[in-house]
Amino acid sequence: MSSINPTPAFSADTLEVVHSLIKRYPEGKHKSALLPILHLAQAEFGGWLSAPTMDYVATILNIQAIEVYEVASFYSMYNLKPVGKCLIELCHTAPCWLRGAEDIAGHLEKKLNIQFGETTPDGMFTLKRVECLGSCGTAPMFQCGAVFYEDLTNEKVDTILTDLRTANVQSSYVDSDTFRRN
Amino acid sequence: MGKKLLLEHLNVPGIQTLQVYREKGGYKSVEKALNQMTPEAIVEEVKKSGLRGRGGAGFPTGMKWSFLAKPEGKARYLVCNADESEPGTFKDRFLMEKIPHALIEGMITSSVALGANTAYIYVRGEYFYIIKILEKAIAEAYAAGWLGQNILGTGYNLDMYVQAGAGAYICGEETALLESLEGKRGNPRMKPPFPAIAGLYACPTVVNNVETIAAVVPIINMGGDEYAKIGVGKSTGTKLISAGGNINKPGVYEIDLGITVEEFLYSDEYCGGIANGKKLKACIPGGSSVPIVPGHLLLNTLAGEKRLMTYESLSDGGFVSGSMLGSGGFFVYDEDASIPYSLYTLARFYHHESCGQCSPCREGTGWLERILKRMVIDGQGKLSDIDLLAEVAKKIEGNTICPLGDAAAWPVAAAIRHFRHEFEWYVNNPHEVAKIKNGKLNAPIPHPLYEMV
Repeated sequence: MSSINPTPAFSADTLEVVHSLIKRYPEGKHKSALLPILHLAQAEFGGWLSAPTMDYVATILNIQAIEVYEVASFYSMYNLKPVGKCLIELCHTAPCWLRGAEDIAGHLEKKLNIQFGETTPDGMFTLKRVECLGSCGTAPMFQCGAVFYEDLTNEKVDTILTDLRTANVQSSYVDSDTFRRN
Repeated sequence: MGKKLLLEHLNVPGIQTLQVYREKGGYKSVEKALNQMTPEAIVEEVKKSGLRGRGGAGFPTGMKWSFLAKPEGKARYLVCNADESEPGTFKDRFLMEKIPHALIEGMITSSVALGANTAYIYVRGEYFYIIKILEKAIAEAYAAGWLGQNILGTGYNLDMYVQAGAGAYICGEETALLESLEGKRGNPRMKPPFPAIAGLYACPTVVNNVETIAAVVPIINMGGDEYAKIGVGKSTGTKLISAGGNINKPGVYEIDLGITVEEFLYSDEYCGGIANGKKLKACIPGGSSVPIVPGHLLLNTLAGEKRLMTYESLSDGGFVSGSMLGSGGFFVYDEDASIPYSLYTLARFYHHESCGQCSPCREGTGWLERILKRMVIDGQGKLSDIDLLAEVAKKIEGNTICPLGDAAAWPVAAAIRHFRHEFEWYVNNPHEVAKIKNGKLNAPIPHPLYEMV
């Protein structure tokens, strides 16, 4: 888990991407860049959006902080509280349930010794239930960062958890290359 | 085997790249549209094709395009709805991942028809790996001159961008999508005005699903009349079906509209039958928002005719004995799957995804979830709960700004209509409820009305 950074600031590399994103919209419509910029902020500042992070994004776009808060609190992919290094998002909607998602849910809880909504004491894993991820044909599945882990079995889950622990990287949906065109 | 229009080159190595895509005839529709056709002629071909929106609503695409206002001096936008989140649906993801240029090409040809100079592809945030694929494909298209200034020397300019969502089913509703694209919460707008008059940035806008836009490519290449020869009646062309649930071969299949449901479900070319030698109990054929139907009504209409994979045949009998083709999210329940438990997961879904603007939906979906939870998880349901569910659903339906409320209500009405005995079983067997593992019944609940097929 990351501590709150009181004065967040994007790296020069990310700032370049931020400015290219703003150019994708007509003049005066730069607020359209808010969602992608929040993704970049979450990735760069510890996997979640603290109030100082959101305030910083507001200054970049020259909008009110409340405009950022109301968006950040609406969408399920923005974390408003710290999460573990690996955020495991298990789909539990009907099509995944039909193919055994609840068995995988039970296995994850047992294996990590935490309930959904909790983080392991070492800060490595957070378990989260999410709604349909569009992976019904390869269910059951979970997402960690931008990666879809599909056709899961208990054995496969064990291997994935070991690999994630070994890699020891903050899971993230985006990196500064995501929005680059080269 | 049916014609493959969208997935014809699915297995060609390198088809993700512009070079291979072009070698296989890619971008011909752009050449034809820009060099040989007027924008009006393109719209006319799409009208003739009978193409209907592939996202779920099934509205005729050509007609939607013809509504687009064209005031002088105002920008027009094409926005692709790639927010695919209807439970059971994963076809757009498949198409964008495997053949990204099919979407880019369709976007360009459609933009020419609409006179749009800027186009956005709004992709649900969970699909970030798809966003990377699209960004790469768009970069290739720019480099090759298919996007940017003066395309093919015709003076036509088009810029195309990918926009990432951030996790909200409601953004699949077109006005919520536009709000989100403007950097706001995904709250659906009151209509009118419709996006065709005042959409993105209050400018005339067309919002189309990924598959709809990709289908414009074969329509322009082969001509609308040729395209309309595929299919039955008003269900023309091919459709991508996302097949899931308890079947042997889950996946995305391109079918000619008009094959029988029986062929789709049981033939080895498609679903390959029910998994693990089980019997068919029920199916939701068009994404979670459409009514669930028991097996015998999936395969045949009430009048005993074979049901076809078409908009009309799947809705034959209305909501009493039919369902809908919807998004083509086709998921199948075997004899052991509990219908009340399934409904609980769907009620939970709609409650979670309600944007909260309209109180019937915001509060009603919460009621549905809580009543179902006490019935199927806690074993504390009452007989009166069954009618209460139906009543709450009825009070949501038709009383909200957008169709999410209806989408939450319809599955409830259908599940109770066809499977009331299962809800009664939960109420009458509270001690058994705890023993049911994860909504998978240990043995099928005996069905008093019809046999499983």
